[in-house]
Amino acid sequence: MYHFNNSRSKNCKLKIMIKIDLKLFVTLSKYLPKDSGCLEIPEETTVEKLMLDFGIPPELVKLIFINGKRQDSKYRLKHNDRVGLFPPVGGG
Amino acid sequence: MVTSKFGERYDRNFNTLSLKEQKRLGASKVAVIGVGGLGGGVCEMLARVGVGHLTLIDGDSFEASNLNRQLLSEEHLIGTPKAQAAKNRVNAINSEVIVKHLVEYVDESNLYERIKDADLVMDCLDAIDTRFMLQKAAQKASIPIVSGAIAGVTGQVTTIFPGDKGYELIYGQKSRKQSKGVETMTGNIAYCALFVAALQSSECLKILLDRGDILRNKLLIAELWTNTFDIMDLV
Repeated sequence: MYHFNNSRSKNCKLKIMIKIDLKLFVTLSKYLPKDSGCLEIPEETTVEKLMLDFGIPPELVKLIFINGKRQDSKYRLKHNDRVGLFPPVGGG
Repeated sequence: MVTSKFGERYDRNFNTLSLKEQKRLGASKVAVIGVGGLGGGVCEMLARVGVGHLTLIDGDSFEASNLNRQLLSEEHLIGTPKAQAAKNRVNAINSEVIVKHLVEYVDESNLYERIKDADLVMDCLDAIDTRFMLQKAAQKASIPIVSGAIAGVTGQVTTIFPGDKGYELIYGQKSRKQSKGVETMTGNIAYCALFVAALQSSECLKILLDRGDILRNKLLIAELWTNTFDIMDLV
């Protein structure tokens, strides 16, 4: 289930990787890697860091949903989290 | 003009709705703010289902760019006020509905007065800052808001009761001035507008009839490219 990233350094740290399901809505979808919404990331990555890593400008994200519940960008991601990032939608 | 008998007109509403519920709808007052892509569909559905009193407000007139999605827009109506066209449509569908239409834009100075006598207000606006104004007015009037918003083929619906945080949970603090969302980049597609209008109409009925599950403190998000339909907890 986990991918271990073995380093050769003396202070070898096991980096636990987790899988998350990422869905980017509307105009944010262009930041999603091509293949799928399932991603492997280091455990305890915050949503803030995730957005930074994918180059998603935080000001474009109005809502963060984790497993169907609104969260803020400091949330630390866990294995199998379903993550949704939503921009401001205001049209009528 | 043909006015059908009450029972015959609503025959196909029964027994999804009871006679008592139908009469309750007939006595209900709903204000629809904005009668464009969402509001046009909402007017159509609320008139057909039998909401008895509708106040329809929009300062815009139809333009050619509305024809791709706005139910009430027609080529020969370009230049006609949307609120006028909405009133005509409601009258044509259901002459038993008492319709008041106002060709005017809403803002902080007039919103409360326009909605204070309604049981519920439908937010079919196209500007985020005006939605915050509407929330303030609805809270003052102690009435719920059913809100819809669209961008491209993505739509969202929520219900806000007096005292709820409402739009702050969706758009952030009001102080961050923002009028438009990503719909300025995506445009809006007809079937998404009418889909969200249908969800809003359903939500409106459930509140008026105190029945079913509503989207209070929840946001229903529909994304039609992937057939994704989620109900998110906002609190």
